[in-house]
Amino acid sequence: MPRTIEIDPVTRIEGHARITIKLDDQGIVEDALFHVTQFRGFEKFCEGRPFPEMPSLTARTCGICPVSHLMASSKACDNIMAVQIPPVAAKLRRIMNYAQITQSHALSFFHLSSPDMLLGWDADPAKRNIFGVIVEFPDLARMGIRLRQIGQSIIALLGNKRVHPAWMVPGGVNAPMTAKKRDTILPMAEEGLEIALKTYQWYKTQLGNFTEEAEHFANFPSLFMGMVDEDGNLEHYDGTLRVVDHTGKIMHDKVPTDNYQDIIGEAVEDFTYMKFPYYKPWGYPNGMYRVGPLARLNICNKCGTPQADIALAEFRALQKDGGPVLSSFHFHYARLIEIIFAMEKTLVLLRNDDILSTNVRARARGNSSRGIGIAEAPRGTLIHDYHVDEHCQMTKANLIIATGHNNLAMNAGVKQVAQHWISGNKLEEHMLNRVEAVIRCYDPCLSCATHALGKMPLHIQLTDARGNVVDELTRG
Amino acid sequence: MSKTTRVVTLTINDKEVSAREDESILTVAREHDIDIPTLCYLEGLSGWGSCRLCLVQVEGIPKLLPACMTYCAEGMKVKTDTEKIQNYRKNILEMLFSERNHVCSVCVSNGECELQSLAQKCGMDHVSLPYRFPSYDVDSTHNLFRNDHNRCVLCTRCIRVCDEIEGAHVWDLAGRGIDTLVISELNEPWGDSDTCTNCGKCVQVCPTGALVQKGTAVAEMHKNRTFLPYLNAMRGNNG
Repeated sequence: MPRTIEIDPVTRIEGHARITIKLDDQGIVEDALFHVTQFRGFEKFCEGRPFPEMPSLTARTCGICPVSHLMASSKACDNIMAVQIPPVAAKLRRIMNYAQITQSHALSFFHLSSPDMLLGWDADPAKRNIFGVIVEFPDLARMGIRLRQIGQSIIALLGNKRVHPAWMVPGGVNAPMTAKKRDTILPMAEEGLEIALKTYQWYKTQLGNFTEEAEHFANFPSLFMGMVDEDGNLEHYDGTLRVVDHTGKIMHDKVPTDNYQDIIGEAVEDFTYMKFPYYKPWGYPNGMYRVGPLARLNICNKCGTPQADIALAEFRALQKDGGPVLSSFHFHYARLIEIIFAMEKTLVLLRNDDILSTNVRARARGNSSRGIGIAEAPRGTLIHDYHVDEHCQMTKANLIIATGHNNLAMNAGVKQVAQHWISGNKLEEHMLNRVEAVIRCYDPCLSCATHALGKMPLHIQLTDARGNVVDELTRG
Repeated sequence: MSKTTRVVTLTINDKEVSAREDESILTVAREHDIDIPTLCYLEGLSGWGSCRLCLVQVEGIPKLLPACMTYCAEGMKVKTDTEKIQNYRKNILEMLFSERNHVCSVCVSNGECELQSLAQKCGMDHVSLPYRFPSYDVDSTHNLFRNDHNRCVLCTRCIRVCDEIEGAHVWDLAGRGIDTLVISELNEPWGDSDTCTNCGKCVQVCPTGALVQKGTAVAEMHKNRTFLPYLNAMRGNNG
């Protein structure tokens, strides 16, 4: 008899989500859906507001990656003003973004995901959290917490606040770097790089323990999209868009960010509030693509910094056929490489002669009726697309959040994990854990999971075709 | 001092003070470093008495009185900081916050806002009343400045400074009660105003993020409200 399993709720982007898994007569998984059940409404309440408010307003979307919204929004506002911001302002924005990548990836890897990997997917949920890691692996936990602190501290030094700094503004940044701040950040970035390299070396030794997870955690062909610089290298702030397929073939390259709608369409489904962006030439839903650290490392020619490039070569060896790395489990691996890259880049930028320049802001009023700002957030490509009226007040905002791009892939990932681990009528704890864990691979801004100390509140129901509950598991 | 003005003796919080009988309790209290919170009052402008944050208790009078509009009298016994007054102030602030869309975190005046400071000072840490969430338009038609009704507390400082100091009287009130709006001219877009001199005094005296300079991002609107006493002194005006 066909049955449906419901996981309700799964926390998601500072909110809640639900998973439905449909079983056939034999108890085999037929389909799985990832429902995002919360509505935020930012696009709507931006309307009518003056555009200079947008960076800080849209940054309130998220408490984990507000810097990404500040950046994409500020870039969109730069375009409305039709200005070229001072080069040092762009460098300063980059530094804050690298700090953001560091703290966000450290949070995802150490605080959210490492309990699964270190303590085991079948471990007691009461201990399978960051505190459990602190007890069992104190040195590693300390490194993770310190790495996140470094990222957050750099953000606070530049923007006077760790969360929601109002430092990035239309036209640049509102305060220059000082010698004192630079001299404080430099040793922190050096320490951050050291920790990142140490973690990376350790992680490589652990990979053999996760062979089954790497094989079945959203390991499937898909497109990958992200930003690259003019040389096709890893880029997070300003570049062009590139799309590659699962064999590594470049499908689209050097797409100016203003033309993102040439390659990205947006679909909606009635079972979720999250939009389904798709690769336009392939249509919906075939145009499934992934963004984020895994995608960025799959699409770039190289990173462009020494240590990150060494790690990138090792990362690419994970895929035996030499193509892009397809398993979403390796998002974790990619995050560690990006932390190395972020710290290396921060050091390079801080050592620039002009980094203390006080020319950090271009001033202008609105000169264009539309502004598009695209940047790479920790979780992937973030798009802010604004329309303003003749008095520079917002008439429309379109936000494509990084997590949204991965929507099709997350649905496919949940299905794959369910197909591998769930069968029959009996539900077991480890099934939930692995369904959770595949979602965490994408780190879909499930920042609420931090409050739950790595233990998402889950509710799975196994029901028959008439809706009778056959089995039930609740946690959280 | 006019010939008929007398000096009176009164107590404020049990402290004996002397004052001219044409001085308000607020003025005398401040002269003696006794703090009374205010919002619509601004030194250099005429009194208005609408915000009620400066309410004080005068012995023998059952209702609370606004210190900015109540004049000193012989033998008056004034209390400025009783529990009842503190509760009234918090309630007033809660009402102000709930009436419009005072979202500090995304306001250009964040960190520079008198309403925000008053909430902190008076210990208003939450709003127990339901928010109204009105949907007011933002007037960005002026070349330099912006009027955001969503952040307005109807203190009328802008109206008074424009009328009494600049002499232009661009602003006035329209509507009644909770739906009252500060309007420019005869409810025309600010940018179409023939009388506005672009002096910006209204923007500087506005206590919140209602009247601001265009181009400012969140928390960037710094206001200078100290110019009024100097301006009055230069003009030989006692305010």
